[in-house]
Amino acid sequence: MTDTARYERSDFQTDQEVRWCPGCGDYTILASVQMFLASLDIDREKHVFVSGIGCSSRFPYYMNTYGMHTVHGRAPAIATGVATANPDLTVWVITGDGDGLSIGGNHLIHALRRNVNLNIILFNNQIYGLTKGQYSPTSEVGKTTKTSPMGSIDRPFNPVSLAIGSEASFVARTIDMDRNHTIEMLSAMHENVGAGFLEIYQNCNVFNDKAFLDLTGKETRDQNRIWLQHGEPIIFGENDEYGVQVDAAGARIVEVAEVGRHNLHVHDAFAPNPSAAFALSRISQGPYGPTPLGVFRDVSSPDYGHMLERQVAAAQEQRGSGDLAKLIRSRGTWTVDA
Amino acid sequence: MSDETLTRERPTPEQIEDVVIRFAGDSGDGMQLAGTQFTASSALFGNDLATLPNFPAEIRAPQGTIGGVSSFQVHIADWDILTPGDSPDCLVAMNPAALKANLHDLVKGGLLIVNTDAFEERNFAKAGYDTNPLEDGSLDAYQVVGAPMEELTKEAVKGSGVTGRAVLRSKNFFALGLMSWIYTRPLDPVVEWITTKFGADSPLTKANESALKAGYNYGITIEALHHTYEIQPAKLPPGEYTNVVGNTATAWGLVAASEKASIPLFLGSYPITPASTILEELARHKNFGVKTLQAEDEIAGIGAAVGAAFTGRLAVTSTSGPGLALKSETLSLALIMELPLIVIDIQRGGPSTGLPTKVEQSDLLFAMYGRHGESPLPIVSTSSPSDAFDSAFEAARIAIKYMTPVILLTDGYIATSSEPWRLPDVDALPDISRPFASIEPGETFLPYLRDETTMSRPWAIPGQPGLEHRIGGLEKDATTGNVSYDPDNHETMTHVRARKIQGIANDIPEVEVYGEGANLLVLGWGSTYGAIRTAVNRVRKAGREVAHVHLRHLNPFPPNLGEVLAGFDTILIPEINTGQLSHLIRAEYLLPTVGYNRVQGLPIKARDIETKIHEILDGEVTE
Repeated sequence: MTDTARYERSDFQTDQEVRWCPGCGDYTILASVQMFLASLDIDREKHVFVSGIGCSSRFPYYMNTYGMHTVHGRAPAIATGVATANPDLTVWVITGDGDGLSIGGNHLIHALRRNVNLNIILFNNQIYGLTKGQYSPTSEVGKTTKTSPMGSIDRPFNPVSLAIGSEASFVARTIDMDRNHTIEMLSAMHENVGAGFLEIYQNCNVFNDKAFLDLTGKETRDQNRIWLQHGEPIIFGENDEYGVQVDAAGARIVEVAEVGRHNLHVHDAFAPNPSAAFALSRISQGPYGPTPLGVFRDVSSPDYGHMLERQVAAAQEQRGSGDLAKLIRSRGTWTVDA
Repeated sequence: MSDETLTRERPTPEQIEDVVIRFAGDSGDGMQLAGTQFTASSALFGNDLATLPNFPAEIRAPQGTIGGVSSFQVHIADWDILTPGDSPDCLVAMNPAALKANLHDLVKGGLLIVNTDAFEERNFAKAGYDTNPLEDGSLDAYQVVGAPMEELTKEAVKGSGVTGRAVLRSKNFFALGLMSWIYTRPLDPVVEWITTKFGADSPLTKANESALKAGYNYGITIEALHHTYEIQPAKLPPGEYTNVVGNTATAWGLVAASEKASIPLFLGSYPITPASTILEELARHKNFGVKTLQAEDEIAGIGAAVGAAFTGRLAVTSTSGPGLALKSETLSLALIMELPLIVIDIQRGGPSTGLPTKVEQSDLLFAMYGRHGESPLPIVSTSSPSDAFDSAFEAARIAIKYMTPVILLTDGYIATSSEPWRLPDVDALPDISRPFASIEPGETFLPYLRDETTMSRPWAIPGQPGLEHRIGGLEKDATTGNVSYDPDNHETMTHVRARKIQGIANDIPEVEVYGEGANLLVLGWGSTYGAIRTAVNRVRKAGREVAHVHLRHLNPFPPNLGEVLAGFDTILIPEINTGQLSHLIRAEYLLPTVGYNRVQGLPIKARDIETKIHEILDGEVTE
């Protein structure tokens, strides 16, 4: 945010009363997004926010941009239509772990596969909040909820692994309460051309409070946050005593003193091959113990909307602009005289 | 073979007014292609025509079995015909199964052309024949012409470069050549098509052309076929014509609507029989600015279309019944957001996968009521391939003007069949554009502020400063468009949405009654048009009074429909369902109706409707 910014945060706020529960992590994310958009030199009217259904999906109502609050799970599909019909727009998808990974899982992976120029933000609180506390596709095994009174036996998704497996152009993870890092991730995703996916660990203080304690608690966070920095060896721990090595068997945590700093994995976020990024995403299966945060993968490539625009332009160049009178005669005609 | 030879040896053909021919064979025998090419040369010759393809759902159903039989029926005439004909006058049977599956339709005394090479023990068993039908006397009522099509095709394609099993693939062209000789069709258009399709230097071009000519020469050579026929060009209304397939015309109607609305066309769709060819056709026309997205599923197809509609595009999604079911939730979203959208449902036999390649009109009530909540939508229907262009254009007009999704109902028969279409003057098509919303500085934009006449809300698209707004699935305040849970407001909005759709009745043409002085009205919609009109004409020609009204708009109904219906003693409604329009008519107008309902996956026959009309006029049917 510079002094010369065209916008202030308030330019992106609406007159609608924000109706999330007091203390919800969504408030911090909303502020981060509004502050980030205010810092950009992009016309406010070029932003479109598309959401599905769930607590996080109320987001567009609170953004003074174009927005659509749509159908449960379908935001990536609807946003694909927006970004494909008009590739000049900056399109944001707001979704949650239930919306994006359960009912809308198919649309999410296909939007990523197709490389639609979207910025997808998945608020992961590991619970169904709007329906009042059922386990979600990211809830841990054994979680006791109203619909899993004896503990959930569902194996959860790791959203970052799923996104990298779908070969998204950009994949990152952050935490709701870390505003600076969130804005840094939003910025990197926005810079990337293609399908971007940002998982935000978001605390639901009503139905799943302290789910991210390992990463947010004063006593545990420094031990567990693995910050990914492009071009740097992966080191973490209160005294940088741990590191990460990656080989054909995957990624594993090692003690720096044992292997030597020069033998640690150097993170390459721009590697076209997603294998190393995937291996890093498997270090933890959720926000438990040491967990990587930051940009896993950042590989810009031509996006779907612009590629389709180029096909339209090529067709017009090769065949000229459409001529309706010619089209309806293209299968041969005959004339009946009066 | 020179043209001179052909002319010299051709007997003078008998002039006939019309003929119905059915090509039938195994689904791998190329009967659809043979039929289509026969149709194409007839169209260019100037005949009126109507076609009826009929094929199994399996790409290669078990060879030689009844289930694997594919057929293509074409009716060609020197007069204005409306149906592909009830019964073929000539049947081409490429194997025993094709004979067994189709013989009962052939008129007694009709011409039966058989590929004798396929009439062998193994195939008799597969088709369920105990004895060889060519020898057991069971075909005595027909004029049977046998040709060893496989042997003669093998002989003909020698030297073409095509060898092995591929040789026999040309036998459909042999059959086509023989039929072209019998019915005096020119070969040149077929040869031209073969050359364009396979390339001038391709062995396939040589093989197919040789087989075609061999079939034609076989006609000249054998004595059994000294009798040939000719159908003169039809005396259609003057104008320029093309032979158009229903789905193609639907796609072209959308392209035209996009041009006349001055907004680019966007189609989000997922492949499904029999709708896929609309996606295929539109994907070819990117030079019109058309964008097509083959989505990951039916839901994403309509989802992408809704997204495109929000950005100011003419948004369309195309599907068939099972896909419409999947789209239902997002359709309700588009309805409450009040975005223009065209949903094309090419109806097929249901429920579930049902009869995917066959026709049915059984989604009418689904189109009418198949959504959660109070969710009325306009429904427009297509009555024939040559009507598809206009009905697609009309659906787009309503969608844009009234900011609403519109369901366009066509069906599997219209989708795949063809008929001559008198080309419209595209410059004379009406302008259906509508300005996007704009705003003066200092004004507040209200996305649900309605036009007083149409009750339509403004269309504001991303990229326009000052018009930033949010829409969604939650109920809106009737004034501000903001989210509202107010009980009175919800009731108001429910009625507002219904009144907007009902108001479209004032903007559609009144129904016109065909046939004067009748007490009996035949009321129809969709692809039964040709059969009903043909039946009504025959009955009137026989000196009895009957009238016909065919509906394009199924919701809302045309404003004068109730008054028109009240003027008749009896209303007969033929439908390829169990009485869905009857249900709507009875509910709306509290009038009794008589149904004629068939659900066999086939078009209703004119003859059957004719019989039903006579029964009613004879007093044999009571309500």
